[in-house]
Amino acid sequence: MKKNEITPLQTLPTPASEEKHDHGSIRDLQEVEIVRLSEEELEEMHAKARVEAKRRVRVRTAVEKFWIAIGFILALAVAIFALMPIVLTILDSFMSTDEIKTNYSAVYNSLSSAAAETKTYLSSTPKLKMIPDFVSFSQYKTLLFLSPTYLLKFWNSVALVVPIVLGQIMIGCLASYSFARYRKKRREVLFFSYVILMLMPFQVTLVPNYLIANWLGIYNTWWAIILPGVFSTFSIFLLSKYMRQIPSSYIEAAKLDGANEWHIFTKICLPMCKSAIYAMAILLFIDYWNMVEQPLILLEDAGKQPLSVFLSQINASEVGVAFAASFIFMIPPLLIFLYGEQYLVEGISRSGIK
Amino acid sequence: MATHEYNPEEVRKRRIKGRRKRKLREWVVFTGYLTPSLLGVLLFFFGPMLIVLVQSFQRSATNSEFVGVDNYVHVWNNQAFRSAATNTLIFAGLAVPLAVLLALLLALLLSSKIPGKSVFRSIMLNPMMVPVASIVLIWQVMFSYNGALNTYMGWFGIDKIDWMKSNWSRLVILILFLWKNLGYNMVLFISAISAVPSEQLESAKMDGANAVRRFFSIKLPYLWPTIFFVGIMSLINSFKIFREVYLLAGDYPYDALYMLQNFMNNMFSHLDNAKLTAAAIIMCIAMIIIVGILFIAENRLGRDTEE
Repeated sequence: MKKNEITPLQTLPTPASEEKHDHGSIRDLQEVEIVRLSEEELEEMHAKARVEAKRRVRVRTAVEKFWIAIGFILALAVAIFALMPIVLTILDSFMSTDEIKTNYSAVYNSLSSAAAETKTYLSSTPKLKMIPDFVSFSQYKTLLFLSPTYLLKFWNSVALVVPIVLGQIMIGCLASYSFARYRKKRREVLFFSYVILMLMPFQVTLVPNYLIANWLGIYNTWWAIILPGVFSTFSIFLLSKYMRQIPSSYIEAAKLDGANEWHIFTKICLPMCKSAIYAMAILLFIDYWNMVEQPLILLEDAGKQPLSVFLSQINASEVGVAFAASFIFMIPPLLIFLYGEQYLVEGISRSGIK
Repeated sequence: MATHEYNPEEVRKRRIKGRRKRKLREWVVFTGYLTPSLLGVLLFFFGPMLIVLVQSFQRSATNSEFVGVDNYVHVWNNQAFRSAATNTLIFAGLAVPLAVLLALLLALLLSSKIPGKSVFRSIMLNPMMVPVASIVLIWQVMFSYNGALNTYMGWFGIDKIDWMKSNWSRLVILILFLWKNLGYNMVLFISAISAVPSEQLESAKMDGANAVRRFFSIKLPYLWPTIFFVGIMSLINSFKIFREVYLLAGDYPYDALYMLQNFMNNMFSHLDNAKLTAAAIIMCIAMIIIVGILFIAENRLGRDTEE
């Protein structure tokens, strides 16, 4: 009976009594009695609690919405910052050559002070113009039909980059498979030295590249860039990391079915690593499409230089067509990005996981 | 039947022989897969690197007289090398922490509840695909002495700054570096953040831990490996900054932008083999030390979080 005397005090203040349902039915009945006694009070309490809870939820969602709005504005600002240079380049490429000169000549005259003295500017302060006065394809016309060097340099770039990407992916896949499957101590040491090589900046690797190019007699030919590119170990680190994630049960099962190593490699390993291989190809493409260091040192003839190096000279001398030249140069990587973004994101994402 | 008599010694021998044969075959197969790469790497990197090492102790490419560490002393005392090394290190010291921190903040932003996350991710990853050569024009329009930024600043009565020919040029290059590299780092961080166990985050939220607290005591320990990975990748990229400098400022940039690659290019054009090889070896060793320190630090921190 003592217990019953205490219960009213315990049950009254808390309207939520979920716990109590678990207890025996007799006590439940007693509680129901007690509750019935203070029904009006309880009802009032419930109402108060409901209002309070609603208010809290409202405040919380308001605070949350506020932060989401702040976050959205921040993200928007960063996105504009990320896109602006690209959009401006594209828009400016539709300005006529004269318009470019009117707006930007001050900028480029200050870059080369000697030219500033001879030329008269049309406008002393540059306007960062977003939209051309009228859409003109004159830049493209000049570039594509009147100056063959530009297209030639474009093909130079293609001829250098495509063999490097294909070659490095092929050789890299084979080597990565070997590193992923055969993990003996001496191999791990070799793998580590591959990783060190991957981390070496151009300042270090260009010296041996230069020596060997001279020794093989390929200095000042495309081979001097293609061959070191093909054998670069950049792809091997990430690909073999990826291949190590293939469950060994897959491989054991294939072996029981009588598959040899080549079958395991081509039928299991490569399909499973598809996104990593695509991602790697994209990364390699953009890296070599953008290359500056290697051609500057390994290619002497201006005629053999890729567009990435040549573009800086166009930029300096022929401002009138430079924006169109820049835009055409970024089309191939942008198309690849549109097509392969998913693979790229997936490949990058998984490369960071140990 | 006599020939099939059970002989344990014979069986054991045959089994060992079989195992050895299998091991040998395994070695042959996997070495076969490695061979093309190994030959190329030996011919184009490791082999000539040894020649570089040998030549760094010789008087010049034509005169193979042994001169000890003279070349190293010359490079080390070379004013141009010193300023190039200092500039490169200053840049890396600014760029790498910023690239890691800002990318992490962006990744946290894009892991929150804001709308349009995947669109934002695409847009922010986009600069990575754009060749620097294509957008240097806009950078020049912005930052040259008569450029847009100075004009805008003039409206507010701020004096013109000669961005490319003062120490501000470091900032200009830094912004370009971040513009290009943040997206890649951010994607790495987004995937690491999504791998943090959500039960722990939920229960911490129930216990009343606020967002900052949740980040530092739950997410951060899981993120350390990615932070180091991103750090190392950013470090490699920061050594490639010569590209941006060359495209923006040409062969003869302002002193603050004179990077190690500029120094190497000068040595190449002078065909100064002695300095070239010694400098390459110095940088190789420096790189190994830096990366080694990072790896050790990562192991230490990794162990702490496991405990």
